[in-house]
Amino acid sequence: MMANVVIDAHNLSKTYNEGPVPVHAVKHVHLHIEQGEFIALVGPSGSGKTTLLNMIGGLDAPTEGRVLIDGTDITAMKENKLIDFRLHHIGFVFQAYNLIPVLTAEENIDFIMLLQGAGKAERKARVQQLLKEVGLEGKEHSRPSELSGGQQQRVAVARALASKPKFVLADEPTANLDSATAGNLLDIMEKLNKEEGMTFVFSTHDPRVIQRAHRVVTLEDGEIVE
Amino acid sequence: MRMMITIAWRNIWRNRVRSLVLILSIVMGIWAGAFIMSFYWGMSKQQVRDTIEQNISHLQMHHPAFKENYDVQYTLSSTSEIADKLDAQPQLKAWSGRVMTMAMAASANQSTGVTLYGIIPEQEDALTGLAGKVTEGNYFSGKKNEVLIGSKLAEQLKIDVRKKVICTFQDRDGEIVSVALRVCGIYQTRNARLEEGMLFMQQSDLAALLKTGDAVHEMAVLLNDETQVDTVVHALQTAFPAASVESWKELSPELRMMTESFNQYMFIIIGIILLALLFGIINTMLMAILERTRELGVLMAVGLTKRKVFLMIMLETMYIALIGGPVGLLLSWLTVQWTHHVGIDLSMYSKGLEEYGYASMVYPELGMASYGIILLMVVLAAFIASLFPAARALKLKPVEAIRKI
Repeated sequence: MMANVVIDAHNLSKTYNEGPVPVHAVKHVHLHIEQGEFIALVGPSGSGKTTLLNMIGGLDAPTEGRVLIDGTDITAMKENKLIDFRLHHIGFVFQAYNLIPVLTAEENIDFIMLLQGAGKAERKARVQQLLKEVGLEGKEHSRPSELSGGQQQRVAVARALASKPKFVLADEPTANLDSATAGNLLDIMEKLNKEEGMTFVFSTHDPRVIQRAHRVVTLEDGEIVE
Repeated sequence: MRMMITIAWRNIWRNRVRSLVLILSIVMGIWAGAFIMSFYWGMSKQQVRDTIEQNISHLQMHHPAFKENYDVQYTLSSTSEIADKLDAQPQLKAWSGRVMTMAMAASANQSTGVTLYGIIPEQEDALTGLAGKVTEGNYFSGKKNEVLIGSKLAEQLKIDVRKKVICTFQDRDGEIVSVALRVCGIYQTRNARLEEGMLFMQQSDLAALLKTGDAVHEMAVLLNDETQVDTVVHALQTAFPAASVESWKELSPELRMMTESFNQYMFIIIGIILLALLFGIINTMLMAILERTRELGVLMAVGLTKRKVFLMIMLETMYIALIGGPVGLLLSWLTVQWTHHVGIDLSMYSKGLEEYGYASMVYPELGMASYGIILLMVVLAAFIASLFPAARALKLKPVEAIRKI
């Protein structure tokens, strides 16, 4: 059972000291996420779910505690090593899609694999496969500005998967999408979860996502409440 | 790396107008700098050429003591041997032996101090093209005691062709000689200062008056190739150790300074222009970075190392310079070629310029090495300018950058 734990957040705390009063965004959180989970971190705005997600993804350093990814402690890593770790092990999907605007759909996905140093043939095949999986065949050469929000977010999912990560962190992925598009995106992610065993961790307060999640972790004032 | 190049290249075209304005400012900066330099260089070069060809020649020989106060007793000791030696030099274009003395030239109205030259007309014409500058009267008709004067001096003395000028000077024994010379012709050069002070008469006439015999005071030599000057100076000095042999650089230190300080002027002018450009580039690129804060954050989040982000921003800045630089240089080159061909007419201001010995037509020109230096300086400036925005991008923290809308 323990062998399957991909994310082990241990006694994680984050305190912001920027204002006159310290803000405890996350307080002593313990969280285990296993391989193949489809899990939603929910809670009202300011409950600390995005902060928690960022710390799990190595984008933000915890004030206290450790994050182990597949047994590797990422909290102790140097910045460039961490960037490299993220490149190879973690996929990101952001609320605002955040694709590289000057690259086409295909190049946005290809870019990640290029950074990983993958060969040309391998990249080409994987890009095609990913675009097919997210239902964007024929949109290879479109730039983000030529795609709808839903299409952009699907490219973002394909990009997150391109590096063959251990898990995908999605920060409010459906917040900017209408119901049909959000449903479609969730279908795709669910399918990838089911068929390829990809682990998805969402932060969300979208009931459509919560409904589909296999496990829901609720945060309130920086603490897990259930 | 290829992807970085692609991204950087596409990034600069995201805001087409801004990039084009920046490129244009580099183009105009280089163009202005290069053109000013070519104008200045063309003008100086012409002045040097004019002065050499029409006045001082590439090199001159004198008795070592002669130039101290132009005492006529100090003639060159072996005039005929020097003449033979000069005739045997293959690098030589022309030479002229001159007898000369300081004199007081007087008309009925005025008198002024001048230098009186005794020349062999054909020799002098071959050296300085004096015959071609005669605008009124003749270039010596062969009659005794004729004198050729400059138009400025003619104006000053209020005399004309066929009128007489009284010249007073000392002969080699120190006796005062006063002689009436008839003006055979009036010459005009582009250099007013020379015109005012130089009178020419036949060498035999002046030598007889000065009692200097066959010897001359000055040998002026023009070479085919300017770069040979030092070699020939050395050769003549070795052959005639008793004479003083000087190149134009020693004869006219101000001309030497003008040509030799050119590169310094160039660095200063281009440097000032580039300094202004530098801040323009930094400002624009910083703006471009701040606009893309979130995007850069995402790049770092998904796995772009800081080194690569730094490189990408630097590439963007360098692209701008590498487009603007060559375009600016090409434009400069075309402008210089064209203006060099047609010349720039400054006759509106030429009165003033001629006083300083400058010609009224300027033919700008610039050596290839100078273009190279400009290009190098542009690249260097762009490199320095690119460091600031790139360093700024490094300070971004992915999380904070992504949150920024």
